[in-house]
Amino acid sequence: MRQITGNKLLVRALKEEGVDTIFGYPGACTIDISDELYKQDDIKVILPRHEQALVHEADAYARTTGKVGVCLVTSGPGATNLVTGLATANYDSVPLVCFTGQVARHLIGNDAFQEVDIVGITRSITKYGVTVRNREDLGRIIKEAFYIARTGRPGPVLIDLPKDVMCELGSADYPDSVNIRGYKPNTSVHMGQLKRALKMLKKAKKPLFLAGGGVNIARANKIFTEVVNKTNVPVVTTIMGRGAVPTNHPLYIGNLGMHGQYAANMAVGECDLLFSIGTRFNDRITGKLHAFAPNAQIVHIDIDTASISRNIHVHVPIVADALEAVTKMNEYVEKCETEEWLEQIKAWKEEHPLTMKDRGHMSPMDIIQEMNRQFDDAIITTDVGQHQMFVTQYAEINEKKQLVTSGGLGTMGYGFPAAIGAKIGNPDKTVIAISGDGGMQMNIQEFATAVLEELPLILCVFNNEYLGMVRQWQKLFYGKRYGMTNLRSGALYRRTNGEEMPEYTPDFVKLAESYGAKGIRVMKKEDIAAAFEEAKKNTKTPTLIEFIIDPEEMVYPMIQPGGTLEEMIMDC
Amino acid sequence: MGTTEDPTVSRMTIATVSDDETFEQIKKQLNRMIEVIKVIDFTDIFVRMKEILYVKVMKCSVADKVEVFQIAETFKAKVIDYGRDSVLVEFVQTATKNDAVVKLMKEEFKTIEVVRGGSVGIESISMMER
Repeated sequence: MRQITGNKLLVRALKEEGVDTIFGYPGACTIDISDELYKQDDIKVILPRHEQALVHEADAYARTTGKVGVCLVTSGPGATNLVTGLATANYDSVPLVCFTGQVARHLIGNDAFQEVDIVGITRSITKYGVTVRNREDLGRIIKEAFYIARTGRPGPVLIDLPKDVMCELGSADYPDSVNIRGYKPNTSVHMGQLKRALKMLKKAKKPLFLAGGGVNIARANKIFTEVVNKTNVPVVTTIMGRGAVPTNHPLYIGNLGMHGQYAANMAVGECDLLFSIGTRFNDRITGKLHAFAPNAQIVHIDIDTASISRNIHVHVPIVADALEAVTKMNEYVEKCETEEWLEQIKAWKEEHPLTMKDRGHMSPMDIIQEMNRQFDDAIITTDVGQHQMFVTQYAEINEKKQLVTSGGLGTMGYGFPAAIGAKIGNPDKTVIAISGDGGMQMNIQEFATAVLEELPLILCVFNNEYLGMVRQWQKLFYGKRYGMTNLRSGALYRRTNGEEMPEYTPDFVKLAESYGAKGIRVMKKEDIAAAFEEAKKNTKTPTLIEFIIDPEEMVYPMIQPGGTLEEMIMDC
Repeated sequence: MGTTEDPTVSRMTIATVSDDETFEQIKKQLNRMIEVIKVIDFTDIFVRMKEILYVKVMKCSVADKVEVFQIAETFKAKVIDYGRDSVLVEFVQTATKNDAVVKLMKEEFKTIEVVRGGSVGIESISMMER
């Protein structure tokens, strides 16, 4: 029987799994794998400029294509650079399979060169992790990894590959099937529970749908929208669930939570039935737990049993995949009596509409609204901070527009590489990244990747010279003591006691141009449209549009840490 | 933690003090782990459970040794090793009883060494006390 090396089997396995793109950074422990990948043409290899960006790219690739994102990095520092990205993927339930090189087995535990116990390090932030100890287990482990990553609640899986195992000759067979005794994901709906929940829905006077990221991951949007249409029940979303129904749907209220809309938070406080699908009731949306939805019975549909009744008490728990659940619901739901309730919600919307006050200069809302107008079809990625909140508040999301954001971990530096991964997975879609000036600099080196892969991304930088979100908290709760948030402070600032600061560093436009990309600076509202038009003309390289934002802009509404959903701080 | 009748399966007994919500989470998160086949909750069912406890009492006077033997007899424990000025006792009983023994031994003797194995449990066949 023909025997091949582990390296060759890995490449064969990837092809069998339908992988067409791999994000990889080379090293001593993976050079043989790089060699095997070089010798074939079916799998495209993308070389980023930092492993953190690498895993973010695979992450967004997975989020926007529905496929498993695949990473390949070397041992030691290559593997440890994955940690942030793995945690990001873990919290947002993204299917990834990450291969890390590892020193030869006889060196493990010897503090060898570029050796780390990456499986131990990432144990709590991966769905599963394993070091391949025997050559004969390699095929089975890879097959299991892909299965684990994409089934049940998706998540990142890490496979550690010792160099000697990979070079060893062994079976060329790749298994046909998987059988993991401890993992049998069940996604079908318990009909008894569901019917009970639907009965409650029909009887409720003030029912409310809460859609989370699970609805988007399961791609249940279309059917969920039908259910909403049939029942006439209003919808709020978490930021990860935005787009569960199109944002311009008449029954869509808005996001709930820390920076949610007034009407949405009020609706949660007043509703008598909170029918939630695919969210884990994270602290960002609940505020003070015992005051969350005080008048409501709660139905919770989620694929992960550990998320149900974790933070809040649930009256009807249902373990199911969101798509399967809403498909079944669609067969049974009827119109509910919600006219009075909808009137109340309308009144709240009119009392405090979601908008930014016109302060005479360009606001983030102006930019996002222009973006909504100019693009019918797009993938929008964000970094983390105030700009992220503005995008989740104002961006139009529907069947043709997808939002990709790091909601669970809130990882700065996500936005730019996410745009790269999204574009590589969807070459025909327009991809727009919106980052702050802080987050943009965390993976700025990816300009090289974007330019060399000829990706015409539109990279918007909301430059307010500060780490805006932290600055907002410092302004509101820390007596305006802006420590560690001023991105222009340094030696000169200290020497002159805050009197003088240098020009903003870097000059983003010049920086983009130094990479061979295009750079545009926009200071006034009137110039936004033209900047987007210019960017659209650029089809072979990325365009960076630097928007100069007033640092005094705040994200409102805001709930103080430890506050309840009703205690919203509004813009005054 | 040890092997079972099936060489591909091992079994771990975990004892914890927590409120109901935390306990639910512990069970759910353990079940979520890929390597975990099954989680059995011993809280409200009849089980047989024991923990091994070794106590070595050192720098013993004659009176100390007498006392050690008396304690061993009271708790139906075995004195399994004996030296010029030290005695080794083996207790096999529930963890709660072992807690009491350790407390007692620390009060009575100045120099002791304690090693505990952690509880191991299995479901009862006939319904009797734990």
